Amino acid sequence: MIIKTKKDIPGSEITDPLVFKKRRQIIKATLATMLTGGAISSAFANSTLPVWGDLPKSPVANDSLTVTPAEITKNYTNYYEFSFNKKEATSLAQNLITDPWSVEISGEVEMPGSYYLEDILGQQTLQEYVYRLRCVEAWSMVVPWVGFSLASLLKMVKPLSSAHFVKFTAVYQPQTMPKQLANAMLEWPYVEGLRIDEAMHPLTILAVGMYGDSLPKQNGAPLRLVVPWKYGFKSIKTIVKIELIKRAPITTWNKFAPNDYGFYSNVNPAVAHPRWSQNSERQLGTSFFTPRRQTELFNGYGNQVASLYSGMDLRHFF
Amino acid sequence: MTFRFNNLYSLTLAVCLIPLLWLLIDTAFDNLGPNPIQALHIRLGDWSLRFLWLTLAITPLQTVTSWRGMTEYRQLLGMYAFFYATLHVLAYLLMDHALVWSVIGVDIIESQYIWFGVLAYIIFFSLALTSPKWAKKRMGKNWKKLHRFIYLAAGAAIIHYYWQLKGNLAEPLFYLVIVCLLLGFRVLVWVKNRQLTRLMIPTGLRSPVFAEKQVMLETIREPQVNELERLDESGTQHQHI
Repeated sequence: MIIKTKKDIPGSEITDPLVFKKRRQIIKATLATMLTGGAISSAFANSTLPVWGDLPKSPVANDSLTVTPAEITKNYTNYYEFSFNKKEATSLAQNLITDPWSVEISGEVEMPGSYYLEDILGQQTLQEYVYRLRCVEAWSMVVPWVGFSLASLLKMVKPLSSAHFVKFTAVYQPQTMPKQLANAMLEWPYVEGLRIDEAMHPLTILAVGMYGDSLPKQNGAPLRLVVPWKYGFKSIKTIVKIELIKRAPITTWNKFAPNDYGFYSNVNPAVAHPRWSQNSERQLGTSFFTPRRQTELFNGYGNQVASLYSGMDLRHFF
Repeated sequence: MTFRFNNLYSLTLAVCLIPLLWLLIDTAFDNLGPNPIQALHIRLGDWSLRFLWLTLAITPLQTVTSWRGMTEYRQLLGMYAFFYATLHVLAYLLMDHALVWSVIGVDIIESQYIWFGVLAYIIFFSLALTSPKWAKKRMGKNWKKLHRFIYLAAGAAIIHYYWQLKGNLAEPLFYLVIVCLLLGFRVLVWVKNRQLTRLMIPTGLRSPVFAEKQVMLETIREPQVNELERLDESGTQHQHI
């Protein structure tokens, strides 16, 4: 958990929301220190209060979804930088260094630069977004993300009219990421991309937390993309760079297996993966003998996003 | 089916059930992780594959060592491979799909990796059906022909395993190496036999020494069949190839 107590919060008079949210805990911790003489850090470490707590729910998200238990979401995530095995990836991801964190925003924008995450958060309104996440491996979960709309961040840096695509780059940290160190399988660092209209869509968010708490390292801390109508691998974790560019970026999975993973990768039950069906999905958290869920076009967000692809052959642009 | 209840056989019979017991315990104690249905399903498939490799390893083991009489263990392990494959199929149909045939149908039609699983299972099924001794006797030469399809099943099973992965090759590659070794061994034996045939039966001398040579060749080429015949307790006439 990141506790900002240092004075070098860069260039901002706005209180770090982490500190703001934890002010009661800080008081408690201080009292505890006075009473017991213990270290503040241990008081923080033992605290179980969520960082963000109850945030206003975003109107774009569907709140009728049944949220998947947090324990499942925290223990079932692909993170190939650490391991090809989900369980191992979760434990190895704890080595990731996430503090301090800054994001470089560059390319076809009026105000390129490197921004501290604290500064970005200071300017954004955090909300809770309850989204279904559909993995290309034919499972799904419903996650209450804490985040803000990507569009509002991009508007701050003022995209030029020549910005047609957005390229996201994840962290390159081979000292903590064994598969990067071994140069294994995919080309590192991980790269993902969106068309500018997809990036500006109100459903597209950058997440910094989930379940009212900060983002666990295995789930993409400290900053990740969430695009709910696309397969999970599009929602890149640990973002360090956002570039607005003229031409479509070459994305990691698309480059690795272009026939299997398209640039768009919109959830579509009618377009099977070359080796397996995408018609149905296992909802995590359901018990044995529960039928699979019928996968929906655009993961059920068709009302909001189908217009982005009108006139396009979704079989060709998979 | 042979039921010779010597200690080792009974022990093997029991030990092969440990993976299932282990799985049941993990299920009962909710120890299967965040996606228990998939975990159960995959673990059953994994065990089926492992028993398949063990089954295929018996013949080379008999050839390189002087151990004999392992045919019934080969049958036992093969039946366990079929047993775990059956549970794997049932887990898919019942636990994962709750017998919703419309969804199962689409899933099978659209998933190429399942085709190979189905092919492997059909072969397993027919081999298990013809596994009993009486079936073996009744089928004669055809039994061996049919049971050679185990290699096709092994290949299909590897593709089935490999194609459902997103791209991590480590474990299926390991299995592929095992199968190549097991198959390679048989090819080696076959090649050696051919060379021996050429050496031992020079042209022109073929007829006088033929009978003698054939006996020698049989011992080299088909040790498992010879074993089987020798072990045949029913006392019926041996079939000659």
